Amino acid sequence: MKKTLVISLMFAGAAGALSATSAQALDTKARFMAANCAYCHGPEGKSRGAIPSLAGLEKGYFVEQMKAFRDGSRPATVMQKHAMGYTDAEFDQLGAWFAAIK
Amino acid sequence: MAFDRREFLKISAGVTGAASLGAITGCAATSATPAKAAYKVVIVGAGFGGATCARYLKMWEPKIEVTIIEPNAHFVSCPTSNGVLAGLAKMEDITFTYDYLKKAVNHWVADAVTGIDTAGRTVKTAGGATISYDRLIEAQKTIMHAWKAGPQTATLRKQLEAMQDGGTFVMSVPMAPYRCPPGPYERACQVATYLKKAKPKSKIIILDGNPDIASKKGLFEAAWKKHYGYKTDNSMIEYRPNNMPRSVDPVKMMVGTEFDDVKGDVINVVPPMRAAAICQMAGVRSDSSGTWCPIDYRSFESLTVKNVHVLGDSTLTNFPKSGSVANNTGKMAAAAIVEMFNGREPDSAPVVTNTCYSASTEGTAFHVATVFRYAPEKIAADGKVTPAAMIAQKGGGVSKEESELEFAYMESWAKNVWADTLGLPG
Repeated sequence: MKKTLVISLMFAGAAGALSATSAQALDTKARFMAANCAYCHGPEGKSRGAIPSLAGLEKGYFVEQMKAFRDGSRPATVMQKHAMGYTDAEFDQLGAWFAAIK
Repeated sequence: MAFDRREFLKISAGVTGAASLGAITGCAATSATPAKAAYKVVIVGAGFGGATCARYLKMWEPKIEVTIIEPNAHFVSCPTSNGVLAGLAKMEDITFTYDYLKKAVNHWVADAVTGIDTAGRTVKTAGGATISYDRLIEAQKTIMHAWKAGPQTATLRKQLEAMQDGGTFVMSVPMAPYRCPPGPYERACQVATYLKKAKPKSKIIILDGNPDIASKKGLFEAAWKKHYGYKTDNSMIEYRPNNMPRSVDPVKMMVGTEFDDVKGDVINVVPPMRAAAICQMAGVRSDSSGTWCPIDYRSFESLTVKNVHVLGDSTLTNFPKSGSVANNTGKMAAAAIVEMFNGREPDSAPVVTNTCYSASTEGTAFHVATVFRYAPEKIAADGKVTPAAMIAQKGGGVSKEESELEFAYMESWAKNVWADTLGLPG
């Protein structure tokens, strides 16, 4: 929440017109997309068993790996199919979300 | 945790008068003003959809008062229950406590729903309670023979154990759409795994109402050929498409199809499916055949009845009716309700995924995975959302082949989806 407020204030300072609502909308979208990953990667990205955890991964690493899955340079069973369904901007949002989980 | 009805009725009565305020007033995200009255979400059914929705509602907006109505004392997982038939797992391995979920929500009502008043926004239970809601979420499981894991799974396992070597297991596949599209074919694999070891002279006859294998066709055929002699004279599995069972004679142990009578030593007929009875009570089973529930993909709210949401297998969608989809659509509904509660619009273009594993033997598995995106351009001129409005993205599909790695992933998936759905500790 604190982070959201900071972002909101930055927006407010820069553009004036942008309200807290837009930052909040972005936040809840990332939160929902990240929650999508939980059935395989565990609640909050903390996995049980053979599937890797996502919690705490460095954002740049996460985004790089998703792009590598998408273009096939990193071999995978499931992940290429998922990576192809998301945009670069969404990789960034997801990466930031998982990086923030302790 | 026993439900104290008197206490609950007191709480219900206390907020009924003000209940309708919550949705409309909402409050800004940064506002410190608490909601005046409890905003009540009542969830019927604590399966993958209902339980997940409850947990995420409380996680994302603790101010929402969440009640679960669920008559069963334990959660029994349908995914991986075919492993019980194969003797690879026991019932206790797929049975889980509701205790963590009970702690996560405000009220737990161990009862069955007997009536719904969508105008007065109340639900009646068999025990005589009347529970008011601002939003009702119908997430009750569809009911069918050993197609809902539970006592029938255990019974079927015992029957297979008792069957003599050289016996015939006759199983059916209902007409699509049905819950867990690859499930029946996986069941054939898992029963064959067991028979191959314990009763190698036995046969499996699959009577499929559909014109062809309805899911992961290439992968199942390859597995049947590789492991169970499919398409040879000595095949353990015989597959008969367009063979909808019309009758079952439990005395003669015969299944009648349009073409002939098929004798079995163990018979497992899965009847045709439709959305749960509570959907009919609320008038949301409103597609042209009265079988499934059309919903708005952004919130899973019924297109027919306001403030009633439908989750999981009962919905009319182009999603596969899988545990993963029920889990994630529970979160979609939760996210939308939280946004509306806070006076914001739900995400106008949600993206949601499915991943579904099937075991082909006791140590190998394969998957299908798809990302779906909401496509607002698919909304009809009258504003109704068509079932095709959730678009499968390019790149989705099935495994190249079965593997041991995917079996390990399947086991990990099961642990993670159980934890995510029920709030089980790590």
